[in-house]
Amino acid sequence: MAENVWILGIHMTRFGKYRDKDAVDLGAESALAAMADAGVTMQDIGVLSAGNLLGSVGFGQALQKQIGQTGIPVYNVGNACATGATALRVAVMAIKAGECDMGLAVGVEKLSGAGLLTGNARKEEGGPWVREGRFGEVAPLDGLIGTETMPGIFAQIGMEYAHRYGGADFELFARISEKNHAHSTLNPKAAYQKRMSLEEIMNDVMIAYPNTRAMCSANCDGAAAAVLVGEGKLRTLSQDQQRRAVKISASVLTSDPWRDGCQVLPDINTLTRQAAETAYEQAGIGPEDLDLVELHDCFASAELVHYDNLGLCEPGGAVEFFRSGAPWRGGRLPVNVSGGLQSKGHPISATGIANVWEVATHLRGEAGPRQIEGARVGLAHVIGLGSACGVHILEKAAV
Amino acid sequence: MDRVPLVDYLVLDDEPHLVAHECRGCGARYFDRRCACANCSGQEFRDVEVQRVGTLRTFTIVAFAAEGVKVPYVAGVIDCGGTAVRGNVVNVPPDPDQVRSGMKVRLTTVSVGVDPTGVEAVGFGFEPID
Ligand SMILES: [Zn+2]
Repeated sequence: MAENVWILGIHMTRFGKYRDKDAVDLGAESALAAMADAGVTMQDIGVLSAGNLLGSVGFGQALQKQIGQTGIPVYNVGNACATGATALRVAVMAIKAGECDMGLAVGVEKLSGAGLLTGNARKEEGGPWVREGRFGEVAPLDGLIGTETMPGIFAQIGMEYAHRYGGADFELFARISEKNHAHSTLNPKAAYQKRMSLEEIMNDVMIAYPNTRAMCSANCDGAAAAVLVGEGKLRTLSQDQQRRAVKISASVLTSDPWRDGCQVLPDINTLTRQAAETAYEQAGIGPEDLDLVELHDCFASAELVHYDNLGLCEPGGAVEFFRSGAPWRGGRLPVNVSGGLQSKGHPISATGIANVWEVATHLRGEAGPRQIEGARVGLAHVIGLGSACGVHILEKAAV
Repeated sequence: MDRVPLVDYLVLDDEPHLVAHECRGCGARYFDRRCACANCSGQEFRDVEVQRVGTLRTFTIVAFAAEGVKVPYVAGVIDCGGTAVRGNVVNVPPDPDQVRSGMKVRLTTVSVGVDPTGVEAVGFGFEPID
């Protein structure tokens, strides 16, 4: 059996707008801080995995040129919104494979002012109709045959759950957002730390019903990085390093298995359920053992379905789970105490490491005013549409 | 006036309808050009007509979209006798009180525009059945 892998050091930058820093600057800031947190240098690192979707192809190498060119293998990874989790997974796998005993994973995005990520602006029309693409289409299909926008896709996913199980309406989705915005007021690293009333959220600009602007993830700049270490190596390090280390009890990545209709509307449920089930099995931990969860609330409508997908409630019971107050920070199982992607922000490639940072910081007892007291076990989840799902279960060190 | 379908899975005859590529191995249906089946990896397909009436499985009302996309509009997924179809819900106000999951709808055609040679592109949508 491959050895356990631990987080030795981890960091996220404040999320927000950085006019004077590019992706490499932000990545370097986070990587250097993660190594300082771990008490190691580039000389100790045996593998680098790096993600930056909107940047250059050789982002990892560009990063090395700022923080240390030591000749180690670099894996430039990309997996939509699960890119950060994928970078972590690559470092975990390298250590488990015995190729090295320490790895560095970095995720960065510069996304301030990116607007709606449709990637499908209508071309200038004027010429004769020409068939293109896999549907032989004569015009871009977004808006003509349903929607290809993220807010629209995740709205339909939430509405489908609402129709199947009942009890969820516009107001309920807005209340999920109200929770996350309230949580963000305690997080100094969140891009937005403003409490919003239910009324403000519901009256904000409608993007794709039932998601208003306040219920959508916030585009911003940010980076996160983690230093991972094999358990054998960890036991040779100082007492303080061992005490602050956080165990990765499960590290899982899935893609979406074929389901009827999944190429018409992406099925974000099945791969999340499979990732969660595998993670609970790997960790020997059940959802009832969790003290906090950071899940991928790219839209308020997504958070609802993931309560169910991650097994935080009975099947079909996501509405009741939310209405019970469970996912509020004072509730039975706090969800997104960071403020979530709706207020903390969503610099795509950083997200899958930043949510692990949030959970790890609580397990270390270092979360300050937003600390979940006595947190010992937590789960971090991300999903990239297409799809890729990453789930990490973390545990506090016993020493 | 000459007409072309917006997509090649829309057939414009007296009774416009959609055609899916059905896997001969497992029956999975697709609308795009296929390499193989995503379910069973089979490489043999046959074209089948998709039922023209269905039930709205889920929807959203898109109010904000890329430049050039007319908003608001109702986007949804329709269950046409077991085949999932993406499409707009048309001939209904884009109002959450007027659209509901589970409503019965039927296929209809929608004009997309006319090119400089006078050819009209025709798309499709689904309208409520009263
Ligand atoms: Zn098949």
